[in-house]
Amino acid sequence: MLTYIIRRLIGAFAMLVVISMVTFGIFYVVPQWAGATPEAMASRYVGRAATPETVHLVAERLGFYDPVVVQYGNFVKGLFAGAQYDYGAGVEHCPAPCFGYSFITGQPVWPDLLDRLPVTFSLAIGAALIWVVAGVAVGVLSALRRGSFFDRLTMGTALAGVSLPIFFTGMISLVVFSYGLGWTPPGGAWTDFSENPAEWAYNLLLPWITLAFLFAATYARLTRAGMLETMGEDYIRTARAKGLRERQVVVKHGLRATLTPILTLFGIDFGLLIGGAILTETTYTLPGLGQYAILAIRTQDMPQVMGVVLVAAMFVVIASLVVDLLYAVVDPRVRLS
Amino acid sequence: MTAPLDVSGSAAEAHPESVLAGAGKAIQGRSLTRIAWMRLRRDKVALAGGGVVVLLILVAIFSSPIIAAFGHPPLEFHQDQIDPATLLPKGTFGGMGGEYLLGVEPVNGRDIFSRIVAGAWISLLIGFLATVVSVIIGTVLGVIAGYFGGWVDQVIGRIMDVFLAFPLLVFAIALAGVIPDQGFGLEGNGLRIAMLIFIIGFFSWPSIGRIVRGQTLSLREREFVDAAKSLGARNGYIIFREVLPNLVAPILVYATLLIPTNILFEASLSFLGVGINPPTPTWGGMLSEAVRFYTLPHFVIFPGLAIFITVLAFNLFGDGLRDAFDPRAH
Repeated sequence: MLTYIIRRLIGAFAMLVVISMVTFGIFYVVPQWAGATPEAMASRYVGRAATPETVHLVAERLGFYDPVVVQYGNFVKGLFAGAQYDYGAGVEHCPAPCFGYSFITGQPVWPDLLDRLPVTFSLAIGAALIWVVAGVAVGVLSALRRGSFFDRLTMGTALAGVSLPIFFTGMISLVVFSYGLGWTPPGGAWTDFSENPAEWAYNLLLPWITLAFLFAATYARLTRAGMLETMGEDYIRTARAKGLRERQVVVKHGLRATLTPILTLFGIDFGLLIGGAILTETTYTLPGLGQYAILAIRTQDMPQVMGVVLVAAMFVVIASLVVDLLYAVVDPRVRLS
Repeated sequence: MTAPLDVSGSAAEAHPESVLAGAGKAIQGRSLTRIAWMRLRRDKVALAGGGVVVLLILVAIFSSPIIAAFGHPPLEFHQDQIDPATLLPKGTFGGMGGEYLLGVEPVNGRDIFSRIVAGAWISLLIGFLATVVSVIIGTVLGVIAGYFGGWVDQVIGRIMDVFLAFPLLVFAIALAGVIPDQGFGLEGNGLRIAMLIFIIGFFSWPSIGRIVRGQTLSLREREFVDAAKSLGARNGYIIFREVLPNLVAPILVYATLLIPTNILFEASLSFLGVGINPPTPTWGGMLSEAVRFYTLPHFVIFPGLAIFITVLAFNLFGDGLRDAFDPRAH
């Protein structure tokens, strides 16, 4: 088990390295491939009215003339140790993790991200809980009542669910449940958990269900297929022959074996989840990381976008790691090795 | 299982395909493709999906004549259809009628039908070409990993793992956001379409790569590969002449299933405002404009339905194709 944990930790670290490289590449290398000169990149930091000399100076100070490897080194150093920006008149220290300063407001990006993280986090975790519980429950029930009306209804809905874009279901739900029936709050409603947990949950209910629906559909289909296969195994027959109650056969023998591949999938689905959370936030105008990134892209405020990308990627890596470690607890083959 | 087997009958002539062909006909050799086609023909749901797919492709290809015959140019404003006080369409149901089949957009009165038809072209173009990019990357890396094994397989396998767990949409948003207005000798939406095809294709190849790797691993151990090796065939010959032809069916199946994912990907990016720039009509872009007009259901429903029907049709057809080529897969 120890080797398993160490392997996963190394894997998570490697993933972080790859993510930092890809992010760096997107924001510093790709624009230059597409033909942006160091001056053009620096000019974003100084505003429209700057003279060519100023732009040149800024490009030099930000290191845009340095070789790519040196630039990448400085980028990583900024994330872990903070960065020094030499403005000529004085030196400004950007504490770690340094994601840089907004082009528009001139404020550091990190505190902004911290403000918005709880929204995305609440949305993602709540939706993940709903989809796993609902998806697995529906999948198991469909498998046990194979061919019944319930099975056909849920599997039909699941197939439609896989094909529906989140933003479409979100908009329809808003039109029906918020503006039509008035059951749920309108888009944009957000209360912090520490202020009022009940209102927090009430405001997030519709976004949670919208986001969970898509994934629940996939998980229900997979659980059903897995259960159908498992329930045909010999050891299920043996368990029944022993005289175990049906409930125990299904839960302890059937579901247990089906859950392992589902958990594996859950570990790699966090990447999709964060993408779904961004779409959901935009649909419901929730003040989370996704909405922040979209607004930043409209104003071409690249340090803000980069901050969101890195934080989202970090969240995915950590969440996958946690699931992998949970996996070690659930799966005896891993736990005892 | 409980019924006793009938061994007295024509067991010697029993042939798995005779069930499909119908009894009494002479039995002849059939290729795997023909068997798959016969299975597919019996799958009504998959056929319906396939029919819708063909229809959508035709609509996309002939979008210009269709718009000319049944609608107005997708970028043309029709202020006469708009109530100047509310900026909403004048007629009932958002101005739907013989003149404007699916009504008009609020504020500028553009023809929704024309915009949906024109959007089909962009959606399918990006969906198809991005899949082609994924298939090329996925097949090359998958075959290399599966055929050569060892450390090559390890490295490529790791890369696929990382990609599968990657927050793709976040990176695609960032990448689509930094695309300049011109570069690589292209400009405007031409550049954006090319970049979106590349970005979506680049981020979704591992699903194909995994399948190809797995299939190559098992093909490598088959007798005909051993035979080719013992006759002195080189790796290049075995890969192109023995392995790749056997990969065509699974690649075709999983490419069909990847197209709807890629169409959704494009729609999401356009919805978020980092895909195709307005005023060029896209389904995702239309939905993002509809966000501000919740009182007009037709403005939300038609582009949403267009995405849903397209994705569902491809999914149904792809599922049927998979079952036809490999009934045990499900």
